[in-house]
Amino acid sequence: MSYRRSVTSRTFLDSASGLPLHPAAREALMAALDDGWADPGRLYASGRRARQLLDGARAAIAAELGARPDELTFTPNGTTSLYAGLAGVLAGRERIGRHVVHSAIEHSAVLHAVAGHDATPVGVDRSGLLDLEAWKGGLRPDTACAALIAGSHEVGTLQPVEQAAELCGQVPLVVDAAQLIGRAPVPHGWSVLTGSAHKWGGPAGVGVLAVRTGTRFVPAFGEDEHELGRSAGAVALPSILAAAVALQAAVAESAEEDLRLRALVDRIRDRVAALPDVEVVGHPTQRLPHLVTFSCLYVDGEQLVRALDAEGFEVSSGSSCTSSTLEPSHVLVAMGVLTHGNVRVSLSRDTTYEDVDRFLAVVPDVLARLRAEAGASGL
Amino acid sequence: MSEAHVVDCLGQPCPVPVIELAKAIAGVPVGADVVVLSDDPAAASDIQAWCRMRGHSFEGADGPSYRVRRVV
Repeated sequence: MSYRRSVTSRTFLDSASGLPLHPAAREALMAALDDGWADPGRLYASGRRARQLLDGARAAIAAELGARPDELTFTPNGTTSLYAGLAGVLAGRERIGRHVVHSAIEHSAVLHAVAGHDATPVGVDRSGLLDLEAWKGGLRPDTACAALIAGSHEVGTLQPVEQAAELCGQVPLVVDAAQLIGRAPVPHGWSVLTGSAHKWGGPAGVGVLAVRTGTRFVPAFGEDEHELGRSAGAVALPSILAAAVALQAAVAESAEEDLRLRALVDRIRDRVAALPDVEVVGHPTQRLPHLVTFSCLYVDGEQLVRALDAEGFEVSSGSSCTSSTLEPSHVLVAMGVLTHGNVRVSLSRDTTYEDVDRFLAVVPDVLARLRAEAGASGL
Repeated sequence: MSEAHVVDCLGQPCPVPVIELAKAIAGVPVGADVVVLSDDPAAASDIQAWCRMRGHSFEGADGPSYRVRRVV
């Protein structure tokens, strides 16, 4: 309830990190706390009721993902889904080999998960689009799996997932669809699909992991009775029920929201690209509807985020000074674009035309001020 | 290799090396080089991106040393 009040005074432009709960999901969560608290593994009436609710939520979410209910399992978050999905296919195809092909702009969890493997990162062009020829060339007889992010959480570019999957042939493709689910149709061709309810307006704490029937997959917790051993222990049932409601609501609104947010993003792209020494990053049309990224020459990314925050605008950044490792975003580096002065703006169902207008009104002054402070005016 | 103007930005985070490069390039003639010394992990990508945006030529890197030729 306090959140509502706070968004009226502040403008949240970081939906790609996680959305506020969809109003329909809030209602569902409250109801589920009363109705869905029991262990779905128990045989008594409350347990059977919980099982029925979990089965219903699984079927509803699976349908939106283009998966069968028995292919879908729940994990604590999207990152866990990525780790578990990659570990499962890698273990399942150990006899084939340990080689992994992945785009150079995957979520950092993919890079970490394959760190001990023979991995071939496949480059992208300046707009963030996968080099399909290099992808094809990277696949080998000992390739255990491939990984491709469907829509970049950093720059918004959508990948040709279905073409990449075709090139994979028998090699299973792990697709991170976290930014796409609930906003655009999930592409075909995946063997493993991952996502996070927090990114579609559900509560934090629910990851989805779908494994296509027939995929060789060794679950990490094979002896565990929950979630086919792909995630250990009991699931967060009330949150999963709310996640299912949120996803259905998001999908129902998605066509309309796609048009509305696309127009707002186009407006931001046009306006910031016209500012001095600002480069819009990411593909202009083949992109997620809600996300736009730009880099501002001679500006420190952390200072930029803080200055915009002081003006009431909450954005994120891929600049090195904003990361705990002080490394620049590997996504921006792979694209060959400026990594400093980077801002990611991601919109939600709550973002209005007026919000965007007010944001666009403050950006030029903030940039001019920070450049002046850095002694970089007129360079 | 031509005599280069050297800008020492060791220990300084981006965008400082790029700002100092931009200042230095204004002071050398077209065809001359500026060498930026930077140990910031963002320097490799940002100096090249700056060259592309400003129309200068990135001549390569040797460890923390980045050579840029003024073109325009």
